[in-house]
Amino acid sequence: MAEVILLKTRGLKRHFGGLKAVDGVDFTLRKGEIRAIIGPNGAGKSTFVSLLSGRIPPSEGTVEFDGQDVTALPAHRRVRLGIAYTFQITNIYPSMSVLENVAVAAQSRLRPSFLRKGASETEIEDAARAALAAVGLDDRLDEVAGVLAYGHQRLLEVAMGLALEPKLLILDEPTQGLSDSEIANFIEVVKRVAQSSTVLLIEHNMHVVMSLADRITVLERGRLLAEGSPAEIMNDKAVQAAYLGEPA
Amino acid sequence: MTIPNKKLFALCLVVLALLFMAQFVLSNYLVLALTRILILAIFAMGYNMLMGYTGLLSLGHAMFFAAGLYAAGLANYYGGVSLPIAFVIGILGGGVLAFVIGLLALRTQTVSFMIVTLMFAQVAYLLTLYFSNVTGGDQGLTLPTASRSFSLFGLAVDLTSPMVRFNIALTLFAVVLIGLFAVTQGPLGRLFVAVRENINRTEMLGFDTYRIRLLAFTISGAISGLAGALYGLMFGFIGSSFAEFRSSIEVLLFTLVGGPGTLLGPLVGTGVMTMLIDRLSGMTSAYLIVVGVLLIVINLWFPKGILGTIRDRWVPWLK
Amino acid sequence: MDIAPYLLLATLEGLVQASVLMLTALGLSLVFGVMRVVNVAHGEFYMLGAVGAWLCATLIPGHPAISFAVALIVAPLIVGLLAALADRAILQRINYNPEATIVSTIGISYIIQQLTLMTFGPDARAVDPPFYYNIRFPWFGYSSYKFFIIGVAVALVATLWLLMKHSKMGLLMRATQYDRETALNFGIPVGRVYSAVFAFGAMMAAVAGVLVVPNSQAHYLMGHDPLLMSFIVVIVGGLGSIPGTIAAAVLIGLSDGLLSVFFSPTLAKIASTLLVALVLVFKPQGLFGKAGRI
Ligand SMILES: Nc1ncnc2c1ncn2[C@@H]1O[C@H](COP(=O)(O)OP(=O)(O)OP(=O)(O)O)[C@@H](O)[C@H]1O
Ligand SMILES: [Mg+2]
Repeated sequence: MAEVILLKTRGLKRHFGGLKAVDGVDFTLRKGEIRAIIGPNGAGKSTFVSLLSGRIPPSEGTVEFDGQDVTALPAHRRVRLGIAYTFQITNIYPSMSVLENVAVAAQSRLRPSFLRKGASETEIEDAARAALAAVGLDDRLDEVAGVLAYGHQRLLEVAMGLALEPKLLILDEPTQGLSDSEIANFIEVVKRVAQSSTVLLIEHNMHVVMSLADRITVLERGRLLAEGSPAEIMNDKAVQAAYLGEPA
Repeated sequence: MTIPNKKLFALCLVVLALLFMAQFVLSNYLVLALTRILILAIFAMGYNMLMGYTGLLSLGHAMFFAAGLYAAGLANYYGGVSLPIAFVIGILGGGVLAFVIGLLALRTQTVSFMIVTLMFAQVAYLLTLYFSNVTGGDQGLTLPTASRSFSLFGLAVDLTSPMVRFNIALTLFAVVLIGLFAVTQGPLGRLFVAVRENINRTEMLGFDTYRIRLLAFTISGAISGLAGALYGLMFGFIGSSFAEFRSSIEVLLFTLVGGPGTLLGPLVGTGVMTMLIDRLSGMTSAYLIVVGVLLIVINLWFPKGILGTIRDRWVPWLK
Repeated sequence: MDIAPYLLLATLEGLVQASVLMLTALGLSLVFGVMRVVNVAHGEFYMLGAVGAWLCATLIPGHPAISFAVALIVAPLIVGLLAALADRAILQRINYNPEATIVSTIGISYIIQQLTLMTFGPDARAVDPPFYYNIRFPWFGYSSYKFFIIGVAVALVATLWLLMKHSKMGLLMRATQYDRETALNFGIPVGRVYSAVFAFGAMMAAVAGVLVVPNSQAHYLMGHDPLLMSFIVVIVGGLGSIPGTIAAAVLIGLSDGLLSVFFSPTLAKIASTLLVALVLVFKPQGLFGKAGRI
């Protein structure tokens, strides 16, 4: 795999009042890899990826994406540069149909620009269907999103990310609430996606992490505790201590 | 180009055809009433695009109606500008004012947004009173007799004829209806609904939601201005009462009754409400009580309005 | 004659206005602070207080002080009852949805206004002050009743302050304001607290209405201006903040008194309305520090 750096943070911090949710993280992500971020509850994982996506502004530090400093860019501009973010808490359009939910995302990618005229409604819907087929929701196109089962809403969320065809897909605990067979399907989906884009995955399910991740980053109390291959992380004393709650 | 939601499109054409036929059946009095309904329905359609589709509840839309009314009326009254051009000036007046107010008001949300739009509209209303030597204040101005007719492309148009007025109103109603069909049933309309349903999600899908809302606000203001200009020029009168808070509430009520977020809801709501108000006009003071009771009752038991309820129960494409 | 007497007079008038405004605005602010809703019918509760005072004055014979004292107690009670009823019948059912609440309270205000017009009539009616006594200044005499207004307002606000800080009701209110869900979990009867707060806010407006009648007149449309002014005060002072509201009421009451000496009332209204809109846009936490955003 080519050693091209896709994303890099320097001294990234985010404080909520006195609480240091993210506390000076230097982080590098290579193009094409699948990276898992793990860490105990409240470690700052969601906050960290929110800083990457621009959903929350940092207190300090910089974010560089694809060779460009994006720290000052608002979230929607970062999405256009290719950072897609799926929420930890399901965040969809409840009264729209499944197809329409993903169509909004597809429309974002196919929006008119100087080089291209706006896509037709048919093209938008085709793109949305393709993304839904990838997660296996293509038999529920016309169902109202708000009444889907929780697991299906998670998949819908992922499909919205896919429809953006991002350079970097950030998934925040995507398998939470999925059944075993849905998880198996999900792993296949991510493997396919990873052929064309980089994936940053927050995950508590170690089976998912081990099946997917090229490398693992461990966060604890807002700080970067360890980073390495899955095998290295499994054998890391500090990581074991953090997970077992003992001092390192 | 393919037409989305063909059933709704067909329904719109049927409604337009029925409205056209109405002039051969109805009495002169009812044709006049229908003319007013059509113009106010244009106003309500503009309001609905913002409130119903985009989910932004403005309490100050009277200011955009009045902006169109005054821009067109004053241009004609003082500038002697011909009626068609005055009409275009009115649309621009509504649109430009909406753009400027939108830039400011859209920095706020929900309740703040309601209050801010209300306050700006109140300022606009007070300005029409303060400059009453120009605007005529609440006495208003009657446009000169010369402005009761005009010629367009060599065609003489006489605005004192009820039939002529009706057909002009119907034509513009049709243009706005079809225009809004194109906007609301296509990708742009989906974006408006996306903003209404979940603004954060829409932002995280790569859309500048401030711009989308500003676009909706401006279109909405321009359509309201169009309705105002049309009203002022067709009936030859401009007055500050159109800028009152009550006008903002009326257009809200029309939209609520008809069904927010349905294309034909504003027409239904305006029709039902104007008819009701006409019936009650003998008891002037009772009229506001009815408005008050309806505002409460709709909120309590009927929040989707007439067409919205029909859509949710039986006809999903009615949107 | 030099300008000093004018300024003194304007200041006195400003203080009277500020006191009435303080009461009205605090009612609005309290309701917003605890319930997070905006009550557009607030001005109508003020008007009902004034009309109630007139009603007492016409029904109760004898010295005007007697009917005034009765009005000061009875009118707010009736208005409070009405408000609690409206809360139960309407606001509670729409679950205090902020937007639906505004639309509903607009409806309530129309109903109250028109019912008053149909019963009380379209004319403005005066009420005798409870006592006549002019305080002599070197340049002019000044009605002692106006000082009484200031005194009552200050006393009531101080009482409110103590109640909020030290009574059980105040504690319940603050708990509910702080976090509705948690309050529910702790067994606080949030529904009843809301009704009480809504009623209490309306009563403050009604008291202001009673106080103001002998000074001006009762009229079915008189609620408009106090509503607008209260909005201005509450927004400038920071929504839901009691100290901010008091400070803003004094500031705006005084400056309004002074401004109207020099400018046309319409222009003053245009300027203040515009100011408020801009404050909401650019400084939604109000001009004085932090408070709830809407
Ligand atoms: N908006 C906020 N305001 C205040 N504190 C916050 C906010 N968002 C997160 N926090 C706090 O920051 C810390 C990190 O939260 P974060 O959600 O990033 O953790 P996490 O690692 O994603 O946890 P989990 O595994 O439970 O999802 C937590 O203590 C949380 O309470
Ligand atoms: Mg998290």
